[in-house]
Amino acid sequence: MLNTFDILETIKMIEEEHLDIRTVTMGISLRDCISDSIVRATQRIYDKICRSAERLVPTAESIEREYGIPIVNKRISVTPVSLLCDAVETDYVGAFAHTLERAAKTIGVNYVGGYSALVHKGFTKGDRRLIRSIPEALTETDCVCASINVATTRAGINMDAVALCGEIIKRASELTADRESVACSKIVVFANAPEDNPFMAGAFHGVGEAECAINVGVSGPGVVAAAVKRAGDCSFTELAETIKRTAFKITRMGQLVAAEASRRLGAEFGIVDLSLAPTPAVGDSVADVLESMGLETVGTHGTTAALALLNDAVKKGGVMASNHVGGLSGAFIPVSEDAGMITAARSGALTLDKLEAMTAVCSVGLDMFAVPGDTPASTISAIIADEISIGVINNKTTAVRIIPAAGKTVGDEVSYGGLFGSAPVMPVHSGSSERFVARGGRIPAPIHSQRN
Amino acid sequence: MRAVITVVGKDTVGIIAEVTGLLSKHGVNVMDISQSILQELFAMVMLVDFSGCDVTFDELARMLERRGEELGVKIHVMHEDIFTSMHKI
Repeated sequence: MLNTFDILETIKMIEEEHLDIRTVTMGISLRDCISDSIVRATQRIYDKICRSAERLVPTAESIEREYGIPIVNKRISVTPVSLLCDAVETDYVGAFAHTLERAAKTIGVNYVGGYSALVHKGFTKGDRRLIRSIPEALTETDCVCASINVATTRAGINMDAVALCGEIIKRASELTADRESVACSKIVVFANAPEDNPFMAGAFHGVGEAECAINVGVSGPGVVAAAVKRAGDCSFTELAETIKRTAFKITRMGQLVAAEASRRLGAEFGIVDLSLAPTPAVGDSVADVLESMGLETVGTHGTTAALALLNDAVKKGGVMASNHVGGLSGAFIPVSEDAGMITAARSGALTLDKLEAMTAVCSVGLDMFAVPGDTPASTISAIIADEISIGVINNKTTAVRIIPAAGKTVGDEVSYGGLFGSAPVMPVHSGSSERFVARGGRIPAPIHSQRN
Repeated sequence: MRAVITVVGKDTVGIIAEVTGLLSKHGVNVMDISQSILQELFAMVMLVDFSGCDVTFDELARMLERRGEELGVKIHVMHEDIFTSMHKI
């Protein structure tokens, strides 16, 4: 018989500490949908997604019910759509985004990722078409997410792509000025993008992936925060141990759901992503974990060290709990989606510079933060270049999801509600980066990329 | 399939009888049961076998949850694997 204490602990985690499966994401290859006719290609995409993911939502719901564990999001990721843009004879490729949206609505998922291009070393014709279409495509759709990989540790940084991303993001912000520049919340610029990430907005189904795979993202900052609080004023050794144990338990649940979902859907078991993903709900915050370690507010001195400890302990605990670990796997620090981060940004305790430092020791990067609407495109590109450099040099994934809040300035906020939360507009440095960004070309790969 | 049923709430007369009565009515076998009262809080954990059940897992779970609400206790029904995977290596 199971231990009563263990059973009640699990129920408490779910009921009171917001433990959940954040996402079950089905990755679907669209490589067999390529056609020179955009009409034929979009028809194939629609049919393939509807066929492959027909049972995704009901299956996830039945697992949710039987195991008593909430699965918050059911999502789809697809082959980077730029690969399909190469072949078509038309220049405007927004129809692909509309098709993804239509398929997502039919099968009942809330987001579809993969309106993406991988341009870390250069652009193809299709890459340029896709990237140029992003602002309009994301303005005209609700649940399609775009991502652009502009750098890898092996290839260096494509600064032409970084410059272009600044302009694209700025345009997306202006086009959705009447909706809190919401299009920007669906665009991620990556370095070292993982091909099996289940989390939006950066999910896509890489070309090295199987025909169809299930990737699961777990959550649980609330559970970790509660464990840290219970541990009291213990030493760092004991603190790390507490987090490892908790991460192990959280990840085992993800492993169980991923194995069960892939079995029932007849899809490949892809990976479990160990990320601690916060929500704006009180008690579901990564900032809360850091503050529980003894920091008065997130953003103060000691924050980077606390985050480094947390991120490392989560990985150590999680790795042993799953057959295959992948995706982003680490702590997320999106500003708008975390109640503690919102409070710290609002009070000025958390600055953009500190946020950048934090991203050097955790997964992802500068995420869901707002800057003044009049921030020049070149400054946005320079912010991206800084963040991408951290990823390239440290051999890790970094990303930028920046919201230039059209018509707003410091002191204002953008507010989305739901999982996206709200973000106070943070100040940026006023010195121009225009001449730097305008150089173009590629920043060469770092010396430690030469591993062969 | 085996599931764990937990009942937590304020202690009143007949909670076990109510829950086990409903289970036996639908052919669910109770394999193990443990119950304790901590500071007037009633906590019962049951391991049950659903293989002979005459309604679906979902229907029975909903029935138990509704009965729990009537009794003023919180009833959870969850697949056994969630606990074994989380707490056993």
